[in-house]
Amino acid sequence: MPGPIQSIQRAAEVLKLLAHGGAHQLSVGEISRALDLAKPTVHGILRTLQEVGFVEQEVEGGKYRLGAALFQIGTSYLDGNELRAKALNWSDTLAMRAREAVRIGVMHGKHVLVVHHVFRPDNSRQTLDTGALLPWHATALGKALVAFGEWPDGDLQSFTRHTLNPDQLYLAMNEVRDRDWAYDLHELVEGEASVAAPIRDRRGVVVGAIGISGPVERLCDSPDQPPRLELVSYVREAARSVSRELGGLSW
Amino acid sequence: MSNGSHKGVHVAYIAAIDQGTTSSRCIVFDQSGGIVSVAQREHRQIFPKPGWVEHDATEIWTNVQAVVRDALAHASLSFSDIAAFGITNQRETTVVWDKATGEPVHSAIVWQDTRTDALIRTLGDQDRFRERSGLPLATYFSGPKLRWLLDNVDGLRARADRGEVLFGTMDTWLIWNLTGRHVTDVTNASRTMLMNLETLDWDSELVDAMGVPREMLPEIRSSSEVYGTYEGVPVASALGDQQAALFGQTCFEPGEGKCTYGTGAFLLINTGDQPVHSQNGLLTTVGYKIGEQPAAYALEGAVAVTGALVQWFRDKVGLISSAAEIETLARTVDDNGGAYFVPAFSGLFAPHWRSDARGVIAGLTGYISRGHLARAVLEASAWQTREVVDAMNADSGVDLTTLRVDGGMTANNLLMQFLSDVLDVPVVRPIVAETTCLGAAYAAGLAVGYWSGTDELKANWHKAAEWEPSMEPAVRDKGYRKWKKAVERTVGWMDEDDD
Repeated sequence: MPGPIQSIQRAAEVLKLLAHGGAHQLSVGEISRALDLAKPTVHGILRTLQEVGFVEQEVEGGKYRLGAALFQIGTSYLDGNELRAKALNWSDTLAMRAREAVRIGVMHGKHVLVVHHVFRPDNSRQTLDTGALLPWHATALGKALVAFGEWPDGDLQSFTRHTLNPDQLYLAMNEVRDRDWAYDLHELVEGEASVAAPIRDRRGVVVGAIGISGPVERLCDSPDQPPRLELVSYVREAARSVSRELGGLSW
Repeated sequence: MSNGSHKGVHVAYIAAIDQGTTSSRCIVFDQSGGIVSVAQREHRQIFPKPGWVEHDATEIWTNVQAVVRDALAHASLSFSDIAAFGITNQRETTVVWDKATGEPVHSAIVWQDTRTDALIRTLGDQDRFRERSGLPLATYFSGPKLRWLLDNVDGLRARADRGEVLFGTMDTWLIWNLTGRHVTDVTNASRTMLMNLETLDWDSELVDAMGVPREMLPEIRSSSEVYGTYEGVPVASALGDQQAALFGQTCFEPGEGKCTYGTGAFLLINTGDQPVHSQNGLLTTVGYKIGEQPAAYALEGAVAVTGALVQWFRDKVGLISSAAEIETLARTVDDNGGAYFVPAFSGLFAPHWRSDARGVIAGLTGYISRGHLARAVLEASAWQTREVVDAMNADSGVDLTTLRVDGGMTANNLLMQFLSDVLDVPVVRPIVAETTCLGAAYAAGLAVGYWSGTDELKANWHKAAEWEPSMEPAVRDKGYRKWKKAVERTVGWMDEDDD
């Protein structure tokens, strides 16, 4: 079997770099420094990517950004705004049943990006945190996403004495895969818990996670126990409904 | 999985039928107003000529029966689990059918259909019926559509005079098929241009002026009462879609209002038990009437093109592949780059009412990219809302302090933030975005005692999201000034020799 093709690997690195900044734009020089590649090499890669529409320039000779063709490939990429639109009804219903705030997350680099947030239905003052980034290893959303995807590299910060270390996390991931849902207990914030379940697209690929979070007193029967199964069932039902909306389930 | 029926305890639900312009849906709600199940079927849009839009009423009735069946099946429910059916519908769409066979005599003429344009011009001044009906003479309303059918379907007038045919809007068509009764509700009747706003009954002068036989008109009932039964389940509400959304948002007090973002946008404000006549291009309409209680009236500001512009951008321009992607594209830039898009595709609605206007993109320079255009597309919905809110504030003498929103476009965070910015008030989305169906469910549930009263419904209303204004006043003022200049450039485009 032939080895990996270096130029494709490099092109992928360039795309990843451009993707990290969202709407960010980078010059040839910036990319060559970041990836430690010669400028002519980077230039050649960008020219090719530009031809197929994977990158574009606002003005000739200017900075590069991700191109529209990448967004239109579609099947392998679910727009976060699209996910929110499809999930709207079911995330609302989940918030009402669980009486807790609901968030939908997708992986964005090493973090969980919140693409949708429904307030806890008590009319108290709350602030939308759509667009916020959460650490994957200390949230139910992140665990539900990573258990069915790639383990992001990088250090795992300890937020509380309950934050799991890599060994514990590894075991926890197996459990998430078995049960098809995840939770966190005091792992991000002392006294808070969260539950989440994966959302799947029509190919069965996990494209997001939906979950609730709140104080352990409301979510758990006792402070050292996982969240109540009734809440888990609401979360899983919502995840199934969104998956069905995405064509991931036929029933 | 439990669907809410616990052992030994029978939990009933309310099913709302939403007969819309492009599809029919059935949503089953539980007592907290949460969605238990959804089913949907689209129907054909029939375009016999430019400007003509028809639906097959028989197809719609078949679809309605199917979505009811599907929605029950999705949640493993039977008719005995349903406490009542509620109905909400596309407004003004007109159908006439044979009383004996139930066969429509012609396709239903859809609200968007402009075939009555010439007829309208022969009926006189735009404001001729405004005092009695609350409406300007325009092609949308049912009365002129009914008159067109009587004039153009062979032998129809004679059959109508013999009492062989019945007229109805879609609520009436469905209730007749569901229960056998020929009734409509006050909100749908208020869109026929045949009902007197004060008496809430057919107005002899309006009916005579329109030249339609009174015998073929349905009985006007309240929006919330048992009209009859279907499969043993009471059919207990009917509300036009925008009025249903007002009800679903629990806008029961004068001054409370909502804006629903779909194909177009509709801002309705409850004005209490008296109709308020607009000086600023708004419509006066009935908001709802619960049983024997007095009717609540509303002012309505209609914007023709909001979501339809995003759809146009997707289908005709092709820069995005789904409506939600417009936000992704718009976020690739920080502002509109100076571009303004006024989507006067079929003229301007409220508050301008200019049928000679056509769309423009103003402020184009070489700098403008597709990201800027995506911004301008989204911003158009917000600026159009601003114009209608200004008209509402002027008519009511009270400034809106919060805008309650619903509809599919509320999933667009960028638009909701921009809306809050240009209105300079908080924008709030309730926890059930499907307020149209919820309103029909609420009205039906009230009629059968499933809910105790409007206070219980108000307690069900919860904030799901809130956007706070954060735009500098100078930026807002400049933007609004530019928008108004762009609007000026749309008017007077159509000439005599244009079709």
